[in-house]
Amino acid sequence: MNRRTMGKAVLGLAGAAVALSVGMGSAFAQEKLKVGFVYVGPVSDHGYSYQHDQGRLAVEKALGDKVTTTFVENVPEGADAERVIEQLAASGHKLIFTTSFGFMNPTLKVAKRHPDVKFEHATGYKRAENVATYSGRFYEARTVVGAIAGKMTKSNIIGYIGSYPIPEVVGGINAFTIALREQNPKAEVRVVWVNSWYDPGKEAEAAKALIDQGADVIVQHTDSPAPIQTAQERGLWSVGQSSDMTRFGPKSHLTAIVEDWNGYYVDRVKAVLDGTWKPIDTWGGIKTGMVELAPYNPAIPADVVKLADQIKADIVSGKRHSFQGPVKDQSGKVVIPEGKHATDEQILKMDWYVEGVQGKVPK
Amino acid sequence: MTDLALIGPILAAMFAAATPLLFAALGELVVEKSGVLNLGVEGMMLVGAVCGFAVTVQTGSATTGFLVAALAGAATASLFAVLTLFLLANQVATGLALTLFGVGLSALIGQGFVGIPLDGLPKLYIPGLTDLPVVGQAVFGQDVMVYLAVAAVPLVHLFLYRTRVGLVLRAVGENHTAAHALGYKVLRIRFLAVLFGGAMAGLGGAFLSMDYTPMWAENMTSGRGWIALALVVFATWKPARAMLGAWLFGGVTILQLHVQGLGIDVPSQLLSMLPYLATVLVLVLISRDVARIRLNAPACLGKLFHPDA
Repeated sequence: MNRRTMGKAVLGLAGAAVALSVGMGSAFAQEKLKVGFVYVGPVSDHGYSYQHDQGRLAVEKALGDKVTTTFVENVPEGADAERVIEQLAASGHKLIFTTSFGFMNPTLKVAKRHPDVKFEHATGYKRAENVATYSGRFYEARTVVGAIAGKMTKSNIIGYIGSYPIPEVVGGINAFTIALREQNPKAEVRVVWVNSWYDPGKEAEAAKALIDQGADVIVQHTDSPAPIQTAQERGLWSVGQSSDMTRFGPKSHLTAIVEDWNGYYVDRVKAVLDGTWKPIDTWGGIKTGMVELAPYNPAIPADVVKLADQIKADIVSGKRHSFQGPVKDQSGKVVIPEGKHATDEQILKMDWYVEGVQGKVPK
Repeated sequence: MTDLALIGPILAAMFAAATPLLFAALGELVVEKSGVLNLGVEGMMLVGAVCGFAVTVQTGSATTGFLVAALAGAATASLFAVLTLFLLANQVATGLALTLFGVGLSALIGQGFVGIPLDGLPKLYIPGLTDLPVVGQAVFGQDVMVYLAVAAVPLVHLFLYRTRVGLVLRAVGENHTAAHALGYKVLRIRFLAVLFGGAMAGLGGAFLSMDYTPMWAENMTSGRGWIALALVVFATWKPARAMLGAWLFGGVTILQLHVQGLGIDVPSQLLSMLPYLATVLVLVLISRDVARIRLNAPACLGKLFHPDA
């Protein structure tokens, strides 16, 4: 595998780098299936892109004799993305995973020009003859985390650091809050948006602000471990994002919401090898193993661990839904009636807060 | 908790947030006073950040880490100095290139250091004083780098306006031909000024990676180098004003997060923009007064100099 690290600013060179790495690889393995991966961040982020790369490594491990893989990291969501994807397609890759929402339109454009190449786009909603989509039901894990937070908080204020007010993040806040208040009706959630996926300084500042306002559990939907470091420094609880972040705050890290693409990637590559690949949409949750929770902090009492495991089991068995009615919005109006749960479409378009969240969703 | 009780923590967070900006801005201020415009602050900060972090992880000594960060920043700056001072490359283009170079180089050096946790610096605690309401935490509860940055302000001022070397440095920045005719080594003085700017940027970056958020992440300065550059103009090349500017910027940054947390209904995107908007606004206000800009801006800023020309 050829690894290329480059700053975002010099990404014009990315295409050339791919061409180079592909050229070197093909001399050795002509009959192997070439699989390409496009990442929005650095593989070394120990978060979102890192988890996708773990999936790529799982593919190499499981099917290394039948496939070769290439990845390009730090690809900005925009014109550069199209160039990178085009390069991969033009250089003989027959299956390409584009792993960020902003790669959606570039992926579809390139897919149109290369009908013989199969594409998989993460977290998007546009499909084509040769474009499949996939994502995880991360809100399921947030339900489990919400219940734990409800049991662990003493101040009844939870600080929530948001990246961008998109439905996935807003839905995550809601799933968390519903479970939180089920355990602890007095608890409330305060949200601070940092308008970035990855800015350690700003995430730490947001955590500090929330802690100064009385929060004793910090939850984040951003990718750096800075909020966990801040919570550890102040002797408070935190929840990690994307991967297990325990080492950044062993005393503070309750658990983390972990994305696990390994199984999915191996299955999809196998499907191409078998000729059974179809442009489907996959939205896996805790049940399929795409969403997991990092090991619980040993400081969490046994009865809380038991509760968390029960909720997890109920989600897997279908007995429980993260948005089980009745769910009220901030004005007290019932949006999801009793006996029903939110539809997938409602979840994918969520732009309102449930009761218990402070402030308004930025428009 | 009443909202008034938040003033103390907000002040404390503000001083810390201002520290990396202050280091970098003071360094760049001296560079510009000598007549050189180095736009590579962001790149030098990143190189300082990664080198300081790496050395601290290896040696366990934060002092060594900060020293190496300053040296690494200066080394990166020396590249700029050689290109612009001796090879007469365009300063703006070279500075921009230095930032791009710094982003890539720091990512490369930092590959093996991502995901390693580090302990931050200990905070000062003076019984009685640190416990004071409102100002206690802000003034008496910071770590050594925050105090160093503030201490550097009068030092830079004294150096520029009360020492002979400082006078010569300013003379070189105002009129390099005249300074040269008087026998001063224009290039040597500028070279040293650029090195100092690099060292200060390196310290600012290392404050981020070793103390503020003790970890290494690619591009972790997130544009703070550019803010530092703006602060120099904002301050009309005066060290004390640079400090006020850094506090203002840090303060608005922290305040907007608190406003959100309190649930006050203002769009968060607008709030995120506020510190930058404030900077632009002040720049516009200052620029209206042409005389003030003329009086303070080094006359030879960004101009190339060749001793034989």
